[in-house]
Amino acid sequence: MSRTRRILAEHAGLDEAAPGAFLEVPVDLVLANDVTAPLAIQEFGRLGRETVFDPARVVLVLDHFTPNRDVASAEQCAGVRRFALEHGIERFYDCGEVGIEHVLLPEEGLVRPGDVIIGADSHTCTYGALGAFATGMGSTDVGAAMGTGETWIKVPEAIEVLLTGRPRRWVGGKDVILHLIGALGVDGATYRSLEFTGEGVSALSVEGRLTIANMVIEAGAKNGIFPVDGQAVDFLASVGVDAVAAPVEPDRFGYSGEMTVDLSALEPQVALPSLPENAVAVGEAPTVRLDQVVIGSCTNGRMEDLRSAAEVLKGNRAAPGLRLIVIPGSARVYRQALDEGLFDVFLDAGAVISPPTCGPCLGGHMGVLAAGEKALSTTNRNFVGRMGHRDSEVYLSNPAVAAASAVTGSITDPGEIV
Amino acid sequence: MNGSVLQGRAHKLGDHVNTDLIIPATYLVSTDPAELGKHLMEGLDPDFVGRVRPGDMIVAGENFGSGSSREHAPLAIKGAGISCVIASSFARIFFRNAVNAGLPILESPEAVESIQEGDQLVVDLARGRIEDTTASVDFPVPAYPEFMRRIMDAGGLIDHLKSRA
Repeated sequence: MSRTRRILAEHAGLDEAAPGAFLEVPVDLVLANDVTAPLAIQEFGRLGRETVFDPARVVLVLDHFTPNRDVASAEQCAGVRRFALEHGIERFYDCGEVGIEHVLLPEEGLVRPGDVIIGADSHTCTYGALGAFATGMGSTDVGAAMGTGETWIKVPEAIEVLLTGRPRRWVGGKDVILHLIGALGVDGATYRSLEFTGEGVSALSVEGRLTIANMVIEAGAKNGIFPVDGQAVDFLASVGVDAVAAPVEPDRFGYSGEMTVDLSALEPQVALPSLPENAVAVGEAPTVRLDQVVIGSCTNGRMEDLRSAAEVLKGNRAAPGLRLIVIPGSARVYRQALDEGLFDVFLDAGAVISPPTCGPCLGGHMGVLAAGEKALSTTNRNFVGRMGHRDSEVYLSNPAVAAASAVTGSITDPGEIV
Repeated sequence: MNGSVLQGRAHKLGDHVNTDLIIPATYLVSTDPAELGKHLMEGLDPDFVGRVRPGDMIVAGENFGSGSSREHAPLAIKGAGISCVIASSFARIFFRNAVNAGLPILESPEAVESIQEGDQLVVDLARGRIEDTTASVDFPVPAYPEFMRRIMDAGGLIDHLKSRA
């Protein structure tokens, strides 16, 4: 059985979970944010239960329109705050404790290998990087699970993604997943799981794997999942989670399709507007004048991302007229970046540093685009109008490419700057 | 939703109509279907909602509802008066959300290929049939899996869970 099927079978108390079967499974963690929690809370209320299934395992993060951009978003947050207080939600994150949810939960030690985690956010799939089954759902599904501690899942078929080789400099998790989405298409993995295996897994950092798992939804996948190797065990230990390393070797039983990615052959990738599947090598990207560069998000807002951007930006300045926005993904990342002196590099480069927020990624606030503007961003979606006006354009890349492009004002290979 | 017959005109859309197009994120500060419905498809075509009459149907290509998990998408579609969505295929999270929000969704690549903008449609959910009365053709729609039919028959997930309690 695939890793996903093993987790689902174990949670359902079965020996076997056949692809296509509908299972009712207990959940280990349920997540919602300030955009999806209001509706989840409303549906939870209709369920007629007085308490949530476990106040320690419902996580509420106010990260999307925060610090609040207007009265309507403030009212939504106020409602979530009241609910958290009333139900004794232990994992409620607000203001100075906030991180972008998918940066925050792993560093809070809330993700354990083998867990079933559902969240009212499509990028909940991020946690597969640490060997959990994690998937995004809507508010009603999440509101119901907040009450019952259970959900239903159609067991997915799996596509094995065999990773080989070692990535060259300036190539990381973002490039692997953009390349993969380019190969699969934005609906190439719909209803299925992407199961990563092979020696290449250990050639990628844990943060790089979080970036990869984060974007499997952009190929339509239900989830992505990585084996828990020694590096993952070390990361988990650093956040207080005990885990045992498992082999990364291919596990060829029960896969519906196979793909291979040779990490050593990958160039930094750029996804052109307006779908993440439009991936090309950075050298093949068209020459465009960029108005804005965003470095951050649940995809690329971790320490490794900021260090990589700072390495390129050090001693350089953003091109005249280009707006550079840096968004550390959590309070912990923010403090660490400050302690390491990265803020000096960003400020010297002319960047504005935002508090942790999803903000511009979804055209919410903190960097919305005007008509005709073009942005290069380390976020996950470049749909029409995603970052603002429907006549604006978004290109996607890794943080080093984003930093190099901020310096030149057009899409640039970091190797040309450093 | 069983037993009802829906009638309306077809509004054709292309492939990969994602939830940012269906309801741009800037409007996700309400959970009221009527309020959300005012901005339906604004990301794709700001004039779209002005052309919708109650009962009309969206007829779209592959991967309808991809992207964000926002359940505001099916709510906006309902709130604008759209009675059902026919598509060649649906994205996974949107499919669940539509079932939970009580929005009928039908998968039929054949119907999508045949139906033209503005065609008058009749959808019989109980019999699983889409009829294009403008072109005088009809299309069978495969039944939902038994597990999902129980949720739909109860009126959505919350009512299904309450009926079991």
